[in-house]
Amino acid sequence: MDQLLQHLLNGLLLGSTYSLLGIGLTLVFGLMNVVNFAHGEFYTLGAYGAFAALVAASLNFFLAIPVAILAGALIGAACERLLLRPLRAASIDTTMLVMIGLWITLQNAELLAWGGVAKSVPTPFPTEPVAWGPVSVSRLRIFVFVMSALLILGAHLVLTRTRLGRAMRATFQDRETAALMGVSIERIHTVTFALGAGLAAAAGALLGPVFLLYPSMGDLAAQKAFCVVILGGLGNFVGAAVGGLLLGIAEELGAGYVSSGYRDAVGFVIIVLMLLVRPSGLFARAERVG
Amino acid sequence: MRARAATAVLLVVAASAPLWVWNPYHLHTLIMAGIFAVLALSLNLLLGYTGQLSLGHAAFFGIGAYASALLSVKLEWSPWLGMLAAVVLPGLAGWGIGRLALKLRGAYFVLLTISFAGVVSLVSVNWMDLTNGPLGIPGVPALAVALPGLPELSFRGKGAFYYLVLAAVIAAYVLCRRLVASRVGRALVALRENEALAESVGIDGTHYLVLAAMLSAMMAGAAGGLYAHYTRFVSPEVFLFTYTVTMVIMVVAGGKGTLAGPVLGAVLFTVLPEALRALASWQWQMLLYGVLLIAALFFMPRGIVPALAARFPRAPVSS
Repeated sequence: MDQLLQHLLNGLLLGSTYSLLGIGLTLVFGLMNVVNFAHGEFYTLGAYGAFAALVAASLNFFLAIPVAILAGALIGAACERLLLRPLRAASIDTTMLVMIGLWITLQNAELLAWGGVAKSVPTPFPTEPVAWGPVSVSRLRIFVFVMSALLILGAHLVLTRTRLGRAMRATFQDRETAALMGVSIERIHTVTFALGAGLAAAAGALLGPVFLLYPSMGDLAAQKAFCVVILGGLGNFVGAAVGGLLLGIAEELGAGYVSSGYRDAVGFVIIVLMLLVRPSGLFARAERVG
Repeated sequence: MRARAATAVLLVVAASAPLWVWNPYHLHTLIMAGIFAVLALSLNLLLGYTGQLSLGHAAFFGIGAYASALLSVKLEWSPWLGMLAAVVLPGLAGWGIGRLALKLRGAYFVLLTISFAGVVSLVSVNWMDLTNGPLGIPGVPALAVALPGLPELSFRGKGAFYYLVLAAVIAAYVLCRRLVASRVGRALVALRENEALAESVGIDGTHYLVLAAMLSAMMAGAAGGLYAHYTRFVSPEVFLFTYTVTMVIMVVAGGKGTLAGPVLGAVLFTVLPEALRALASWQWQMLLYGVLLIAALFFMPRGIVPALAARFPRAPVSS
């Protein structure tokens, strides 16, 4: 029983970062109709960005994370300007292939820049865990969970409560009308992609210190993000948030009770089950983002 | 007439290659180009003719390689029976994945194939009893033909194996060509171009797409079987995502939806990296692959072969 509680708690903590990853991906898909295969690379950029800010620029840990998120969002904005804007009229398949090209390019650029040896990010948190009754958890993980929750809430508020969020939703519902209402369409596309990339970078900057950094770390992250998006329904914000938590818990239970070697196969099982049973996602009724 | 003459010249050049390619390493590169040509043709069947992108082709390739290697090493089956399994098992996997994801298509199919490849790779590493884990399976027997009354013909040597691969490429090419010209091929193209219209004239979309996925997986599996009996060693490396990426670039740069494109792409992208090896390390080459893929989509979105066909209107291209 205690063990089960521990697994559930670990799953919840891990799942919060999966939610963050999934939301970034689902936003870009739902709003821009772009399958962002480079999503995992923004995760990697976030992690290495935090590492660079901490170690190379010797910034404070709590300052390094926002710097990394900002860097991820800026690089995302640049990629959107350079690669997606000229292809606005192209089919979803073309943009998908371009994103695959971006994925390979970024990953190998990271490999060349940082080398293949795994790196670890030093944190200011003491390593001994906090015990709550039968369960215990590291302080770093609690910090990661709180930050993820705040970022998810923030993104949700931006989408639903601000002028920018309304302009975003309007643009992707009806470009022409939104443009007539004075929305700068091109800017909205760039901001949306930057938001998605920034959320992925945030997940990377937060999870980087928990695990190790290596150039292909984004592949696994992207795999989780895609699973979360299918679980929640393509383009569904709340679905992705809940889906991330579910995936985290399912993985912890799978690793704890079935086999730790197959931890990363849990996502595949979930995708297969979803395609069999509920292909439009767990929350099919709430179709729209925001 | 010109098309026929060009085909004949190409065939003569290809068939005589072991006579003038005296460096065994260069011959090895050509054999790998042939194996990749079969893979690119198989991926093209999906990406080019149905518009569905599979990012799990390394999985079909790897399942084929493992199936043939395991059956001929552990159960000591004839390698030819192993090759048969290398076609059938990936075909079943392709069918299953097609059935699951091709009703929804698009992103769902891509995501299911990519995560399927991830899982198969995990199994190959973790199921030690079956696959020997990361150590792989050494000692895969070479293919050989023993006709009664004749000395045994072994495909152990590179020269002999080259002809086997060449035959496989020609078979895959002819198969794709006949398929594309058949009812099935017309149905696939109709579905790609306008699904609603195609279904309105009675084409069952999902049925044909599943069929295409299965055939494509079978071809990729055959390439995997050939690879296993050529290198005589199989390890989880066959599932590397790099292989899938290479196939995608071969098809997109060569010209998706053409028959010559994937073959040209396969030859180009196997020979060029070898030629450039001295100039650029492997990481730089992969970086270049990514840039090339993007550049191809921007500047030559239909690929090399259609671009050439537009410039030389009578060049032998079937699109």
